[in-house]
Amino acid sequence: MIQYSWLIPTLPALAYVLITIFTKRFKNISAAISILTMASCFALAVGILFELLKMDPASRSVTFGTTWLQIAPWQANVGVLIDPLSANMLLVVTFISLLVQIYSLGYMHDDERFSTYYSYLSLFTASMLLLVVSNNYLQIFVGWELVGLCSYLLIGFWYFKPEAANAAKKAFVVNRIGDMGFLMGVVTIGMVFQTFDFAQVKDLVAQGLANHTLASGYVAGIAILLFCGAVGKSAQFPLHVWLPDAMEGPTPVSALIHAATMVAAGVFMVARTYNLFSADPLSMTVVAYIGGFTAIFAASIALAQDDIKRILAYSTLSQLGYMIMSLGVGGYTSGMFHLTTHACFKALLFLGSGSVIHALHEQDIWKMGGLSKKMKITTITFAIGTLAIAGIPPFAGFFSKDAILDAVKDSTIWHHEILYYAAVFTAFLTAFYMFRLFFVVFTGEARDHHSFDHAHESPFTMCLPLVLLAGLSICVGWLNWPGVDAYSKFVYYGDLHLEGGASNFVQLLTQSWLSIVVAVAGITLSAMFYYWRIFSAEKMAVTFRPIYLLLKNKYYFDEFYGWIVKTFLFGLATILKWFDDEVVDDGMVDGSGWVARKMGGLLSLTQTGYVQNYALVVFGAVAVIFLLVSF
Amino acid sequence: MNNIPLVHFLYLAGILFGIGMFGVLARKNAISVLMGIELMLNAVNINFLAFARYWNWNSLTGPVFVVFVITIAAAEAAVALAIIISIYRHLRTANVDDAHYLRG
Repeated sequence: MIQYSWLIPTLPALAYVLITIFTKRFKNISAAISILTMASCFALAVGILFELLKMDPASRSVTFGTTWLQIAPWQANVGVLIDPLSANMLLVVTFISLLVQIYSLGYMHDDERFSTYYSYLSLFTASMLLLVVSNNYLQIFVGWELVGLCSYLLIGFWYFKPEAANAAKKAFVVNRIGDMGFLMGVVTIGMVFQTFDFAQVKDLVAQGLANHTLASGYVAGIAILLFCGAVGKSAQFPLHVWLPDAMEGPTPVSALIHAATMVAAGVFMVARTYNLFSADPLSMTVVAYIGGFTAIFAASIALAQDDIKRILAYSTLSQLGYMIMSLGVGGYTSGMFHLTTHACFKALLFLGSGSVIHALHEQDIWKMGGLSKKMKITTITFAIGTLAIAGIPPFAGFFSKDAILDAVKDSTIWHHEILYYAAVFTAFLTAFYMFRLFFVVFTGEARDHHSFDHAHESPFTMCLPLVLLAGLSICVGWLNWPGVDAYSKFVYYGDLHLEGGASNFVQLLTQSWLSIVVAVAGITLSAMFYYWRIFSAEKMAVTFRPIYLLLKNKYYFDEFYGWIVKTFLFGLATILKWFDDEVVDDGMVDGSGWVARKMGGLLSLTQTGYVQNYALVVFGAVAVIFLLVSF
Repeated sequence: MNNIPLVHFLYLAGILFGIGMFGVLARKNAISVLMGIELMLNAVNINFLAFARYWNWNSLTGPVFVVFVITIAAAEAAVALAIIISIYRHLRTANVDDAHYLRG
């Protein structure tokens, strides 16, 4: 099966080409092509997983490829690397993408550009899969950029809405800043190691570090450059601003971006190049602290947002922060495990919110309420997703989040206790704001009766993915059931290491009492505010108005970046415009014209118009030449 | 003819060429300029033939050149006279100094 793994990115890319060229006008055929190719990719991914499981744990890595470009001494290859990490990602990406595509049948059925939508989804997934199976830095960069392009196309899918067009542009530009760093990292790798191949670079780094020909600080520099790309793609502070705005795209696209295809790329890339990151404590510390800060920072913003998708977007930022932090403190397995479980419950939450939006045509949670009476399936599945992200046992989020907390606690990184308390507090905030969202939207009384009366449960194609994902949001965590640890024994870096080390479920519960307590506390507090209404959120907002405004306006980061752009960029532009007007235009362009005219005027004096003058010059010249030649 | 030395032919040609050049450069009447050009051409023809005679009478290169020059000169005279007539009709004069439209 592994020898066919190259088909996984190729099939969706082919689907994109087919839909674009042939079936634009036939909605159903386009959707069928896209869904069928994705289903076959999923089947291939499952086959690859089982084949890997059959192999010896020490040698679970298969790579093959071919030359793409040969520019001596560099050789750009295109190839496939299948190991537990990429097998894991392949499963996540193909499965989430398949469900999102099925869900879109219902969600997008009225859209005029239905076929185009499916072609973009296919291309998006193809790019992500290209990145995931890559066996070298150059190919990962190609996939990386293609993912950026597709996110631009899909976020701006409803380009006639100015907000969507702006959000797409913002996502693209902000990503470009991070990608610049990534590109510099890739080029540096090419220059230093003369190869882009993961395995070769890994060996060269290990050799160089062992015989002291390569300083670990140098490797850390490369790792941090690469990390810039991850900061952009995985929307970490300070390049987090694009992700909440990316909500302007169709909701299934948000689910895809948030769960599988886009933001996971950054985390995956750090995991893939982990040997560079782990070479020096400096790069690990940077990664861990950026992740930890993003986690708590985004969670605090989510407390004060009113748009259902925005709350989910900030929760994604926060959870991505967890993953990055986990990788930074050395929790390779827990980071990737959280990526996997998060993909399930975040896709579920987004598709659930899409179901709500589909029913109400409304995104403001304060105009919703009481939906549990009308939308049973959506409510139950959304509740499961919320419990999972809040980290309540035995839902999926509990296992992965607890593994991350353990990894942070056990790490040897600089002041890891700060990170630990930040992570625990973030868990509390997460439980609080997610249940705020749940209580406001699904319980209590309807606030807007007009849209409430029209609300209805979504069609089968939308409910099926919800139910499947809800099932996974419960079960996926059990892969790491204490004592079994199936996931930890499959995906790990270096030597096998089990976080926490609990040998049965009861022991795990006792060990992780703190994370359970904070999650329950968050839910209880949230219920006091928004379910039982013992406290009034409005009064709190008035009492702590400055803080509320700070959070509601996302710490004014958009305004701050806007100010930077206005001041520095526009200032520079003004200076350059002056230079262009005064020096280039008036000075050089007009000046060269003036010189040419004056020179022409001078030379035109020789053009007397008298034929005999010319003849005299000709004869004179001949005479001069004759004299010169003869003497 | 053999007792006339080559240099005499060259003197004759030189004098003719000088007269022709004077006509071209100094005369104001376009017809005179044209006649000057014809004189210069004939001076060249004399040179051709003289050198051909004293160098290698068996070679036809010189005489053939002369034939061509005479032919071209006839054509040139026809064209030039047509231009001069055209200028005269236009300007009511055949003075070359009056036709200086191309002055820079």
